[in-house]
Amino acid sequence: MASLYKKNPVDLLFSSITAIASFSVIVFIVGIFYVLLSESLPAISRFGVLNFITSTDWNPVRESFGAATNIYGTFITTTLSLLIAVPVAVGIAIFVTEIAPNFLKGPIGGAIELLAAIPSIIYGMWGFFTLSPIMSTYIEPALKNSLGKLPVLEILFRGTPMGIDLLTASIILSIMIIPFTASISRDAFNLTPAVVKESAYALGATRWEVVKNIVIPYSKLGVFGGVVLSLGRALGETMAVAFVLGNNHRITTSLLDAAATITVTLANEFTEADTDIYLSSLFYLALVLFVMSFVTLAIAKFFLLRAERKYSR
Amino acid sequence: MKTILKLLLTVTIILSCHAGNAAEMLNGAGATFPYPVYSAWAYDYNKITGVQLNYQSIGSGGGQRQITERTVDFGASDDPLSPDKLQKDGLLQFPAVVGGVVPVVNIEGVQSGQIRLTSETLCKIFLGDIKYWDDKKLTDNNSGVKLPHSEITVVYRSDGSGTTAIFTNYLDQTCADWKSKVGAGKAVKFPIGIGGKGNEGVANYVKRTQSSIGYVEFAYAKQNKLAHVQLRNAAGTFVEPGFESFEDAAETGDFDPKKDFYLWLANAPGKNSWPIAGATFILLAKDKKDVNMRVVKFFEWAFKNGDNKAKELIYVPLPASLKEKVRGYWKEKGIY
Repeated sequence: MASLYKKNPVDLLFSSITAIASFSVIVFIVGIFYVLLSESLPAISRFGVLNFITSTDWNPVRESFGAATNIYGTFITTTLSLLIAVPVAVGIAIFVTEIAPNFLKGPIGGAIELLAAIPSIIYGMWGFFTLSPIMSTYIEPALKNSLGKLPVLEILFRGTPMGIDLLTASIILSIMIIPFTASISRDAFNLTPAVVKESAYALGATRWEVVKNIVIPYSKLGVFGGVVLSLGRALGETMAVAFVLGNNHRITTSLLDAAATITVTLANEFTEADTDIYLSSLFYLALVLFVMSFVTLAIAKFFLLRAERKYSR
Repeated sequence: MKTILKLLLTVTIILSCHAGNAAEMLNGAGATFPYPVYSAWAYDYNKITGVQLNYQSIGSGGGQRQITERTVDFGASDDPLSPDKLQKDGLLQFPAVVGGVVPVVNIEGVQSGQIRLTSETLCKIFLGDIKYWDDKKLTDNNSGVKLPHSEITVVYRSDGSGTTAIFTNYLDQTCADWKSKVGAGKAVKFPIGIGGKGNEGVANYVKRTQSSIGYVEFAYAKQNKLAHVQLRNAAGTFVEPGFESFEDAAETGDFDPKKDFYLWLANAPGKNSWPIAGATFILLAKDKKDVNMRVVKFFEWAFKNGDNKAKELIYVPLPASLKEKVRGYWKEKGIY
């Protein structure tokens, strides 16, 4: 290789430029991590790691900060949105790959990609002005009067339905992540060898049986990778959630209560954080999110790699 | 090669133009609340003098930080810095406009300005001690108004804001329970209620939630046609929010140039003063005298010619007496 570069200076230049471009990504990530870490050092030394993560107190006046409420809100909205989004997204993917006639595949695929292209602030405003009134006047009272009357589920639907709560935020998030899960699932489904599917049909299997017994088992790791990527997206989503979550630093069992996620807290409080420890704690929160996202994406990558290796065999 | 040279030349020309204009530029950053009025003033000022004022509304905290690090020509903050802090960071401070915070309600059958609250009842509502609108403590002051037996929903600002700082400082100064349980600041831990993002968020919730109470900047109460309350001030009179009562508060409030105007304008003593008011401040770096004089020139122009524009945008201009105090402060610091 080295001798090749010597022969051709243009090649050397080209290789160096691409190499610099690639390494700059690593430099950026390390740089961001360094800044987050160094800015949050005062908060780390004051609140510690375990104490910060488990403390539910978020009180700027008393300068006492804990991330538990934010982590909890992030966890709940992300999980709930995945519960809503994944079945829908997998359904879309199955329809597009296995069921839809060819002339429908294009428009549906385009619509899904368009959904992914809508900026999150628009989801936020739509959620605030349109979805949230609908939730508070129709959907949430209905849920409260049906599921909210059941003995155990009742704790999920306590409080006044305001439309600004975990449920509304999760629904918005789920709409936002559907395109990710759907398009990755579609790609994974397309990886199923046609020969196997055709053999199943030849043996008299129905469409449902083919999807259930051939397509999904074949591509489940790929779909899982897509889900975890959506999880990463849901973890970091800010503006769409900031409008409809209420930034309430309390741990609540009710889905009809306002809450806070890490990103929402950052968006809401960064501009007016006046004391050093307040700002440092916000950086600390960002660091927690950075680590959370990093771990999730690493897991996703791991499963995708495994899935790929399986298919290539 | 030729193209690269051309490109370099163009970049140099653009950069040098920029440098040439730099003398006519003023950069400020800070509070979001006064942003509309500063930019309206800046627009008019630019037409008359050619000086361009570039104001970034990044929030009070950011404004304080940027002027402390001297990356801008002036900072703007909704909360006053204490003289000690100013001394430490080498800063000067003066008020620019006044704002009022108004509790707004949505109660069935209650018109704007009908319900009368005191600092005690307002505080108890926001602490969750008064839970229903027909609580005896409320009906005592509202004999003519029919208050329903409905549960109160409290709406607060979910994001850090000067509005919350002004509001909580008022409660902090007038209500011992609030002081011990919650305190004052731009973001506080509200014991009950739901949070709306921004003034528009709070206004929107109050508008569509029956039996609710929230607090917004005066302009938002007016624009959204929300029902406001009457408040009992320090002199014991019930007052309506408005330009007159805000101005009265600014006039009777104890702004002291010797303390760099450090004052939370809560519970001003005037007979017609609206009790929940606050000034928004400009911060200057002591060591940059030339720049400061140009900033001061702008605000002097705004003090003289900007009152109507400010009122149009529903801001309260400083009363004449306070403007004089500010001018005295500028003179004393040698930047006027």
